[in-house]
Amino acid sequence: MVHETLSATHAVVTLDVALPGIVWPWFVTMNMWAKSIGTGIIFMLFYLSKKYANDDAVGALRFPVAMTSMIFISIFLLFTLADLHQPFRMWHIFFYPHWTSPITIGAIMASAFAGLLTLLLYFSFVKKDNAAYDKVFFWTMLLAIPVTLYTAALLAMSTARELWQMPTESVQMILAATLSGSGAMILLGNKLSYEAKRDMGIVLALSAAMAFIIYMSEYIFGPMKAEEVAATLEFIKGHGPYTTMFWLGQVFAFILPFVLIMLSFASKSESLLKLAAVSAIAGLWIVKHVWLMIPQLLNMS
Amino acid sequence: MQLGFLVDLHLCMGCKGCEIACKVENEVPLSTWRLRVKYVDVGTFPETKRTYTPLRCNHCENAPCERICPVSALHYIDNGIVNIDKERCIGCAGCVMACPYGAIYIDPETQTADKCTYCAHRVASSMMPACVVACPVQANIFGDLDDKTSNISKYIMEKNGDVQVRKPEKGTNPHHYYVGGGNVTLNPLASFRAEGHSLFNDMKHLPVGGHH
Repeated sequence: MVHETLSATHAVVTLDVALPGIVWPWFVTMNMWAKSIGTGIIFMLFYLSKKYANDDAVGALRFPVAMTSMIFISIFLLFTLADLHQPFRMWHIFFYPHWTSPITIGAIMASAFAGLLTLLLYFSFVKKDNAAYDKVFFWTMLLAIPVTLYTAALLAMSTARELWQMPTESVQMILAATLSGSGAMILLGNKLSYEAKRDMGIVLALSAAMAFIIYMSEYIFGPMKAEEVAATLEFIKGHGPYTTMFWLGQVFAFILPFVLIMLSFASKSESLLKLAAVSAIAGLWIVKHVWLMIPQLLNMS
Repeated sequence: MQLGFLVDLHLCMGCKGCEIACKVENEVPLSTWRLRVKYVDVGTFPETKRTYTPLRCNHCENAPCERICPVSALHYIDNGIVNIDKERCIGCAGCVMACPYGAIYIDPETQTADKCTYCAHRVASSMMPACVVACPVQANIFGDLDDKTSNISKYIMEKNGDVQVRKPEKGTNPHHYYVGGGNVTLNPLASFRAEGHSLFNDMKHLPVGGHH
């Protein structure tokens, strides 16, 4: 689409100022990646605690899951703060909140989420009160949903960066959480029964398959819908600067884990499950990074 | 009152006087611009022509930058200008990403967002924006869009049919108009931007907010 326009206009920019470089760097990739793990593992524990309510191995995960989630949410918050050009003014968000901004809503929700995780750690490690933990855990899981989703709203509000559409981004955020959350649970839940681990493998494989289908759909059909999408996807096609990284991400995050999980089901190999989990978690970072970078390369003016 | 801007591209000769006046008036740091004039050459030799397009903040009625700002550093003032409070800005760069016109940048000196404010400080003292004063051919027309007798309103009425805004499909309702604009001047994707094909050969991209 862009090529056709250029060949029609024969227009060349002959004098202009330098364009801004990448505005949101890899700090934001870390932000999204760590948040996916931090909320995803909460979703997975909720699922396991409902399906395997009487399994002691699941009950024993209360503290490790809360701690893992807290670590990754802290990484998320740290990189969010580090990405600010004026990090010492972070408090302005809470004292001058602007309610139409997903950044404001997200910061408040993420802080509340971190507060609930602190309570979970307190009940599981200090008080050893499972009943109190489970009550708080339900609300933590509920809050994890909008905490997972709000970054999609933030990306979607970038008006002319058409690749970031709310419907697909919100689905991708949830799938990233279930993919990395199930991966983290496979690595964390050594003592889980094989059935529970297999369930996590199924969640991981389905998340990978669905996310891959959506990326491929955007890759193939996106350019037919908007000039900006066509121009953006040029950066991951042919000899584009992010082509190799894009496909590496797709292979490590989605294709390889899917294949490894299928093989693990056939051989009942837990090692293959773990390998799939590591590959998915590492690959997710690459996938998120490419998708964050390429719309920023588009010239807005 | 709703202040607005109109640039008659038939008149603009690309002298960059507005760009310099803006730089001086607002003390815009090196490597950043509130207003710039872009040259685009069209056609194939010998049938070629050069176009000049001044680009600045569009002061949209439905401004994405105002909506995404988490601390209301970007805000509307009574005369319709989208202004910025640099003391409140936290430098999240959400506005830089949200603006469909690439009109916002991170000031490398203050590490906060900055953009054209239609010289709100001058307007408050009943003066015209610096770029309007500097233009030798009066290609920049500034005034109250709500006032039917203002120069800008009359100009829009006269040139009806040749008045355009940038990226109208984004639903931002810009208060910045162009007369004589076209796909090449108003759509950045309609022109090829080659590496090293500019006076700023090795400066195609700059680190946001400078080196820090």
